[in-house]
Amino acid sequence: MKLQFSAEDELFRGEISSWLADNLTGEFEKIRYRGGPSDEHMYPAERHEWEKKLAAGGWTCIGWPEEFGGKNATIEQQVIFHEEYARVGGPGRMGHIGEGLTGPTIIAYGTDEQKQKYLPTILDGTELWCQGYSEPSAGSDLAAVKTKAVLDGTLKKWRISGQKVWTSLAHESDWCFVVARTDPQSNRHKGLGFFLVKMDQPGVEVRPIEQLTGTSEFNEVFFDEAIAEDILGQPGEGWTIAMALLGFERGVSTLGQQMLFQNELDTIVKVAKSNGAGHDPALRQRIAEAHTGLRLMRYNAMRMLSDPTSGDLDKSALVYKLHWASWHRNLGKLAMDVLGPESEICESGPYDLTRLQSMYLFTRSDTIYGGTNQVQRNIIAERGLGMPREAKG
Amino acid sequence: MDFALTEEQEMIRESAESFLADVSSSQAVRKAMMTEQGYDDEVWQRICEEMVWPALHIPEIYGGMGLGYVELAVLLEKMGKYLLCSPYFSTVCLGVNALLVAGNDEQKQAYLPQIVEGKLKATLAYTGMNGRWDAHAVQATYQTTSSGFELNGQLRFVPDGHIADLLIVAARKEGSQCEDGIALFAVPATTQGISRQWLPTMDQTRKQAEITLHGVVLDQSTMMVDENEGWSKLSTIIQLAQIAVAAEQMGGAQKTLDMAVDYTQEREQFGRKIASYQAIKHKAADMMLKAEVARSAVYYAACVGQEVISEDGDPVLIDDLPQAASMAKAYCSDAFFFNAGNAIQFFGGVGFTWEYDCHLYFKRAKSTETFLGNASYHRELIAKQLLDADGDVS
Repeated sequence: MKLQFSAEDELFRGEISSWLADNLTGEFEKIRYRGGPSDEHMYPAERHEWEKKLAAGGWTCIGWPEEFGGKNATIEQQVIFHEEYARVGGPGRMGHIGEGLTGPTIIAYGTDEQKQKYLPTILDGTELWCQGYSEPSAGSDLAAVKTKAVLDGTLKKWRISGQKVWTSLAHESDWCFVVARTDPQSNRHKGLGFFLVKMDQPGVEVRPIEQLTGTSEFNEVFFDEAIAEDILGQPGEGWTIAMALLGFERGVSTLGQQMLFQNELDTIVKVAKSNGAGHDPALRQRIAEAHTGLRLMRYNAMRMLSDPTSGDLDKSALVYKLHWASWHRNLGKLAMDVLGPESEICESGPYDLTRLQSMYLFTRSDTIYGGTNQVQRNIIAERGLGMPREAKG
Repeated sequence: MDFALTEEQEMIRESAESFLADVSSSQAVRKAMMTEQGYDDEVWQRICEEMVWPALHIPEIYGGMGLGYVELAVLLEKMGKYLLCSPYFSTVCLGVNALLVAGNDEQKQAYLPQIVEGKLKATLAYTGMNGRWDAHAVQATYQTTSSGFELNGQLRFVPDGHIADLLIVAARKEGSQCEDGIALFAVPATTQGISRQWLPTMDQTRKQAEITLHGVVLDQSTMMVDENEGWSKLSTIIQLAQIAVAAEQMGGAQKTLDMAVDYTQEREQFGRKIASYQAIKHKAADMMLKAEVARSAVYYAACVGQEVISEDGDPVLIDDLPQAASMAKAYCSDAFFFNAGNAIQFFGGVGFTWEYDCHLYFKRAKSTETFLGNASYHRELIAKQLLDADGDVS
């Protein structure tokens, strides 16, 4: 058991931090700390430019194998990258779906031709991706997808029809990966395909969803016989590929996410020190509990990212989402309680929320997306504790 | 960065598991806990001679094994799991740590080899009658005499105080306040003027005693640290002990989760295993989350503890000892209590009986939660570091 990073890894840390110090300046100064969760709708054009800048510096897709343009970075180095990126307030990544999800999936399941076609534009930050998983009737229950794919005999391509929802950055993206049913007789996880669809075509329509924050980070995407450029793998392999994709992130970005949480907590502590809330015994307890929860989240993540061959570590991964989502939701409430009456007052009219107000409201989605707390508890009980599986309809 | 146990640590864990499954069965725990002594002589002898556990983190120059605090935490997790009744915690996690942190070489030479050989049981006696765990807890007093010192006062809540051979006593200069004036003494329990009284406790697996010091005359050699360093050393000893309690609590939190889940897989109501009800599954998931986070808290704190007892420990980690100990003790106290309480609920009516073991864990959860400060106490210490300008942790 070792808490420190190796000297080699610390050199890597120096490289990325000095590159960021030199480059996240000038025109990019205004997007520091912007574009993260609850702020993803802000500065899309500037953040896309930043993606290209990162790419030019060689800092996109660092975990990819070298033959596809990556650095083959170790887990530790990826963790360090995310930490340093978050530490300096690196803007919310517009390329993260392509880099973290699409790219690794194409590398694992794509043909050589598909790799040559799609990977370079993810790597250089020019083309952005969004994901088409959830549907109005397939939320936590992803296998309930209804979106259809029909082979067009003339074009020799699949045509997609149906509706996807909660697609972030859909209106900024060039591509969407879509899970759709290739066999109309099939149900559940059988008979699905995994498609790569160009967004700029007549059969695709994007409609923003207005959230409880009054802003729109997510969209509905309607497909009406939209042409899929490619299918990844074979028809019927969609579920396998979709599940593999969800495993690719492997939590390396979690330590970066924790840096953002730390920024929020620091802000709350600062407020508590200045407005007297820091003298309230009940709030003191909650602030200390939040601080403890965040620090322990870090050690959970470190266990999760250490040698995964030990059985213990799988368990730390199973509880990770439930832990951070619940912790962050509590932090949102704590922020408002520390602010007291000021928590109600907006930045400006008509409905321009402060960062902490946005954070507070947005945290209500943390315990829903990516598997609700209830689904997480089922998964923990079933996979972690061997309790009986839920009856499936 | 690597946060997994080493092969050697896994081996310690496995050998502890098989040994304790054998010697610390429910029957054995119940037999030992009913005695005033609180442990079985033969089991303690085997722990000392066969397993050589008291030697675990004592440096090799004193005859120990020279292993670290993570190894100790791994062992304590299993002791907590099996509710081991023994003077191990008091002797090693209080006595040995006190000698390592505050003893001079003579004192270490005098006592550590005896502990390695299983000939000496030790404990820490610092808390007076006021029920506090901070510097105010030190209420016994000492006066300097021509040949040494005289100690007076009453000490309470002393783990295994009635059977320990060596008492590490904290006493303050008469008239001193708070963190000032505190000194530590290594006092053989047979010294004239010491009387000791076993205190019956709700958690019978952990014995406590009250110790009265009535004109106890000590020579110069008994002083471990004087008033200049007394509180700083004592607080380090206490923090190391908090990590050790947390490790036991984590083992208890895991065990109560496992017991409860196993039972729900057997018990049927309304024609189904109760494990199939979501009301049960979701509570079990929350229990597992707490056990897992508790494990992370203990492993991290144990890594910090290791740096503290090392010759050339990392100064950044050493500075984090107070917070690492408080985080671990706060989280594990709550986690163990949560899991032990829910275990009774999962077992239903039989969980309320003397026959089933749930109550043994439920009582251990409460006694360890209270001992060395409960979660609220530790969260307030953390809040002081975060919110108060001087960051004073008194």
